Amino acid sequence: MPIREDVLVVGGGLAGSFAALAAAESGASVRLLSHKKSTLRQASGLIDVLGYVDGEGPHADPFAAMAELSDDHPYSVVGEEAVREGLRLFDEAVGDAYRGGHTETNALVPTHGGTVKPTARYPESVAPGLASIDGDALFVGFESLTDFEAPLAADHVAASGVPFNVRGATLRFPMAFRADAKVTRYARALDKNERVDGTGVRRALAEAVKEELDGEARVGFPAMLGDDHAEEVRRDLSDRLGAAVFEIPTGPPSLLGLTLEDILFDALDDAGVRMSVGNPVVDYEATDGRVDVVYVDQKHKRVPYHAEEFVLATGGLVGKGIRSNRERVEEPVFGLHVPHPDDRYEWSESAAFGDHAFARFGVVPDGEMRPTTERGEPQFENLRAAGGVVGGANTARENSASGVSLATAAVAGTRAGEEARR
Amino acid sequence: MSDAESPLDADLGPTEQDDFEPVQVFDDGAGMDLRPGADNCYKCTSCDTSCPVAEVNDDFPGPKFQGPEQWRLKRKSDEDIDDSIMSCSNCMRCDDACPSGVPLSQMHNTARGEYVEEQMDKLSTEYIRNRILSNYRTSAEIASKVPRLANFAMNFGPARWVMEKTLGVTSEREFPEFAEQTFREWWQERGGPQVRSEEKRVAYFHGCYSNYNTTEVGKAMVRVFEEFGYEVVVPQQRCSGTPMFANGMLDDAKRAAGINVENFAGLIPEGYDIIASCTSCSLSLKQEYPELFDIDGIQDLASHTYEAMEYLRIHEDLEGELADASVSDRSFAYHAPCHARNQGLDRQAVELFRDVDGVTIEDVGDSCSGISGTYGWKEEKYETSMKIGEDMFDHMDHAEGNVGMTECPTCSMQMEHGTGYDIEHPLQLIEDALV
Repeated sequence: MPIREDVLVVGGGLAGSFAALAAAESGASVRLLSHKKSTLRQASGLIDVLGYVDGEGPHADPFAAMAELSDDHPYSVVGEEAVREGLRLFDEAVGDAYRGGHTETNALVPTHGGTVKPTARYPESVAPGLASIDGDALFVGFESLTDFEAPLAADHVAASGVPFNVRGATLRFPMAFRADAKVTRYARALDKNERVDGTGVRRALAEAVKEELDGEARVGFPAMLGDDHAEEVRRDLSDRLGAAVFEIPTGPPSLLGLTLEDILFDALDDAGVRMSVGNPVVDYEATDGRVDVVYVDQKHKRVPYHAEEFVLATGGLVGKGIRSNRERVEEPVFGLHVPHPDDRYEWSESAAFGDHAFARFGVVPDGEMRPTTERGEPQFENLRAAGGVVGGANTARENSASGVSLATAAVAGTRAGEEARR
Repeated sequence: MSDAESPLDADLGPTEQDDFEPVQVFDDGAGMDLRPGADNCYKCTSCDTSCPVAEVNDDFPGPKFQGPEQWRLKRKSDEDIDDSIMSCSNCMRCDDACPSGVPLSQMHNTARGEYVEEQMDKLSTEYIRNRILSNYRTSAEIASKVPRLANFAMNFGPARWVMEKTLGVTSEREFPEFAEQTFREWWQERGGPQVRSEEKRVAYFHGCYSNYNTTEVGKAMVRVFEEFGYEVVVPQQRCSGTPMFANGMLDDAKRAAGINVENFAGLIPEGYDIIASCTSCSLSLKQEYPELFDIDGIQDLASHTYEAMEYLRIHEDLEGELADASVSDRSFAYHAPCHARNQGLDRQAVELFRDVDGVTIEDVGDSCSGISGTYGWKEEKYETSMKIGEDMFDHMDHAEGNVGMTECPTCSMQMEHGTGYDIEHPLQLIEDALV
C-alpha cells in the first residue's frame, strides 16, 4: 500500500482545495486528486456567501439571512461559525489579493452581464468598481471582445438603481489581434506593454479611453488588465486617465479565475499538500464501514490511493460529482444516497429560473459532513463531503456556491485531519 | 428534455473520455467517428488558454479550432484540413484542460494524419524533412554504428548550414551526442537480466533516446528495478510513435506500433508489465496507441504500460526507501514534461525527492519547454519553440539548483540549450540514492 497519506481529498476545485488546506493545518499529510485542471478558470473569481433566500434579496448581511434557510441547507447543518472558519482559511490563503474581509456585509459587484452580485470577497482589482461606492462610472468594452457589451452592462447596472451615473462605450483596442483572440492575449499585451504605432499599448489604450471619458471618476474594463504585472497595468492606466481603474469579472476563460487558481496552487504547495491531477477516481474499497482505498483510472489502469480519512469534493450536477440519467440521480464514485423524486418530471420547474429541485440534488451530510444513508446513518465512518456534491442548497439562485464550498470544506477538512492525527 | 435515448445520458460512468469508444457510423471506409467528442465541446475555450503555441503565436487558431470546430466544418462540406494543424506541437495539454471530456489530441492526431496523407506534397522539402525527423530511430541506428564520426559530422558547421538550407533543420541547436556503446549493446554485454523472478517482472520500453544517446538513463532503470528484485527483460522494439504522431506520419507510426505490440503484448500473460523511462513513450503506449490504432493486443499493452517511477510508487515503498537514503548535496531545477502532466505524473519527482537527505529540488513551474520533440528542430518553428521556453529558462535561472531534471529527452535538450545546465533523469537520482 505504498501511495498513502493521512487524508485524501478527491476533487480540485474550491471545496477540494480548501478541504486540503484545512486538513493540512492539523498537521496531517494530505493529497489532492483532481480529474482535470482546476475549474476555477471557468469561475468568476468572486467569493459569494449568501445573497438571496427563496428569491428574496439581495441581503446585506449574509449571516443574518442564514437564519431563514431550511434545516437541510448546508449552512444550517454546519452553522455560521463554520462559514467564518471557511472565510478565515480563504483570507489566509489569498492574502492581499482579495478584499472584503474588513466587514461581514456583502459588497455589491457589477458583473459582465450588468447584474450586481452580492459578494463576500472580491479580487483587489474589482474593488474600485463596487456599486456601493459613490462616483460616476464608465464601462469600456472592445469591438473584438464580444463577450462583454459595455453599454448593455452599464444600462443593466443603472437599472438596478445604483446611486451614481454609469455609461458604457465600445472602443477599438489599439492593437489588432486575430478575430477570436482570448482575454489572455490582451492581458499579455498590457502586461508587457507591447509596442503599437511607436508607443506602448497602455498609453495608446489610455488615450483612446480619455477621448471617451466625460468626467467619470472611475473606469471599468472586462477582467483583462494584465496577469503577472496586473497591479502595474492598472496603476499606469489610472495615472494616465486621472480616474480609478477597475476590472469587471467575466465568464470563461476568466482571468480572475485563473489568477485564483495560481494563488491556490501556491498555497497548497506551501502547505505541503501533494497533488495528482489528470485522472478520475472511479472506485473504492471499504471494510467495516471504513473506506480503505480509492482507485484512480490512470488510462485504463486502476491505481490505488490509500488514506485514513477521505473527503469527496467532486462537485454537483455541473461538475459531474452528481450524475443523472432518465431513471435516477447518483453519486458515481461511492454510490452515496442522493434523495430525489421518482418521477423525473418533478426534478425541474417549467420556468427557466424557477426553484428547480435538481439544483438541490446532492448527498445528505451529518453534522461533521459525513454523507448519510437513507436511514440517516453515516455511510462510511471516514468519508466526508464538501462543496457542490453536498445537497440542500440552490447555490446559483442564492449566490452561495463559494461560501458553501468554503464552509463545508472547513468542517470536512478539519475533521478529517483531526481524525487522521488521533 | 428530449425523450430520445441518448447514449451519453444512459451512461453513469465518471468520464466521457474513458468510456468513449470510436465507432464507425459514417460509411466512408476510413477514420473514426469523433462525433460524441465534438458534441461534448461547449466552447468554454479552456483548452485555448492552456495551449503553449497559441500563447506565443497569434496566427495559431488553437486546440478548439483544430479539434471540434474543424471536425464540424468537415462534416458540413468537403473542406480541406487547415494547414495550421502542422503548427500544433502535440503537447496534449488541451486534453486535461477540457472539463467536458473532448478527446482533443485524438482529434488533432487524426486531422494531422489526414492533412499529411491527402494534402501534403510528398516530394516537398517539408514532407521529406518531417519524415526524416520523425524516423529518428533510422538515422540514429546508422549514426550509432559510427558514433564518433556521427558526433563530429552532425555538429560540423558547414554540414549544418547545408541541412538548414536544404532540409529546414535549424542550425541553432547542437545535435545530441551518440553514445559509443548503445544501451542494447551494453545489455548484451552484461548478459541480459541479472535478476530472475517469477513474481516481479517488467519489460523495458527504453525508446530511441536512451538506447542511442542517454544510455545512462536506461542503465539506471535496469539497476534500480533489479535492486527492487525485478526481473527486467528488454524486447526488440521500434519507436513509440510520438514524433510520428506529431508529424502526421500515421502509417509509419502504425507500422512501428504493430511491431511493439507484437513484441510486448505476448509477455503480459507471463506476468510482465511494460515500463518506459521516457514520459512521451509511456503516454504513447498508454493513450495514443488505443486511440488511433486497432491492432490485436494494443489495448492490453496500453493497460499494462507504466512510467518507471510511477510503477515503483504503486508497487514498492519508494517513498520509504528514499526517506532512509541520502546523497551528497545536490540541487535540481525540475521541469515536468507536458506528457508527464497528461498522465498525472507532473508532481511525483518533486514530491518524492524534496524530503531526501542532501537533495534540494524546485519545480520550475507549469510552462511548456517548447521543444516538443521534433517541433523545435524545424527551422521555421525554432523561434516559436524558444519563445515558449522563455518562462522555463527564466525560472531555471532563478532556481537554486544548477542541474536540470526532467523525464523527457527533448525537454532535456531544450533545458540544456537554453541554460547550459547538465540535465539528469529522476531514475539517475534514484540510482544514486538506492543502488
